[in-house]
Amino acid sequence: MRKWVSAILLGFVAAGFFIVLSDIPFGNNRMNVAKYYIDNGINETGAVNIVTAVVVNYRALDTLGEVTVLFVASLGLGALLHAGKDGSGNKQRASLVVRTGSRILFPLILLFGAYIFVHGHLTPGGGFQGGAVIASAFLLQYLAYRHYRIDRQKFSMVESISGSAFVVVGLLGLAIGGYFLSNFLDKGVPYSLFSAGVIPVLYVAIGLKVGAELAGIVAGLMESGRG
Amino acid sequence: MEILYNSMYYVGAAALILIGLYVILVKSNLIKVIIGIHLLDTGVNVLLVSVGYIKGGKAPIFTGTSLGPAQFVDPIPQALVLTAIVIGVGVIALALSIAIKLHEHYGTLDLRRIKELKW
Repeated sequence: MRKWVSAILLGFVAAGFFIVLSDIPFGNNRMNVAKYYIDNGINETGAVNIVTAVVVNYRALDTLGEVTVLFVASLGLGALLHAGKDGSGNKQRASLVVRTGSRILFPLILLFGAYIFVHGHLTPGGGFQGGAVIASAFLLQYLAYRHYRIDRQKFSMVESISGSAFVVVGLLGLAIGGYFLSNFLDKGVPYSLFSAGVIPVLYVAIGLKVGAELAGIVAGLMESGRG
Repeated sequence: MEILYNSMYYVGAAALILIGLYVILVKSNLIKVIIGIHLLDTGVNVLLVSVGYIKGGKAPIFTGTSLGPAQFVDPIPQALVLTAIVIGVGVIALALSIAIKLHEHYGTLDLRRIKELKW
């Protein structure tokens, strides 16, 4: 019964998709606002990566909101799973290969994550991706060592400081440039590391914040599974 | 067949969304429902990116070589999806933590046996 009702409902959804998407031919032309961003983005923001220019300059206020959503999700997870119990550890020890490999890879993964968010305005990637890579390094540590614990206080301190840095940079933009999150620093020469004004600063803040939050999420889930 | 080939990414994205919705509606295991939510999430992301695609387009990043603005795909859906993926991870993690708490409380993940959620 439930399957049939669901199938009929899905039929309506599929018909809706067909009606809407048949008016949008695949792979044809861009919207006008996208044309504007592509044509003027490099001059207005100094960022070579137009996606980064949209995320951290034109639409930085929305990014602040999205970072807040992620913060609330990790806060809810911390509140739900905060048991305070000290688990006895995984039943099985990780193999020698995993332990040795994680010891070698841990600094390299951290470095790669930092590279991704520092070069967010030049190459594919940015704060969100770099933060996810950094969190994966801590997941590897959790998988390799049974009694590994991250220092929650230091992580939430990094998260708070980088989150505040985002807002402070925005307020400085309001004071100097005239509107919230305006790009008030020197744009520099495109294609070089120190270019694009506040974009690298904001992306480093986002990268640290996302990395600390996702590492906290990983820690919460792993530690509750051990309990 | 021609129209199916021309809009293959739309078909794939819509299929992912429909499979995700079906799993959410029909399955009674909470973990499977969460997998369904993630399938739905992925389908929406694929749909958004494929709406912004242009034929023969490249990633909208200037490299200093011959790539010109005319060849770039729409950067706005990519910017949206970039953050949506990370937020999807956060939401799924929150859902899993709720599932852990439900399992602690009821001793089961079967939605039919968790009384208040029956439909």
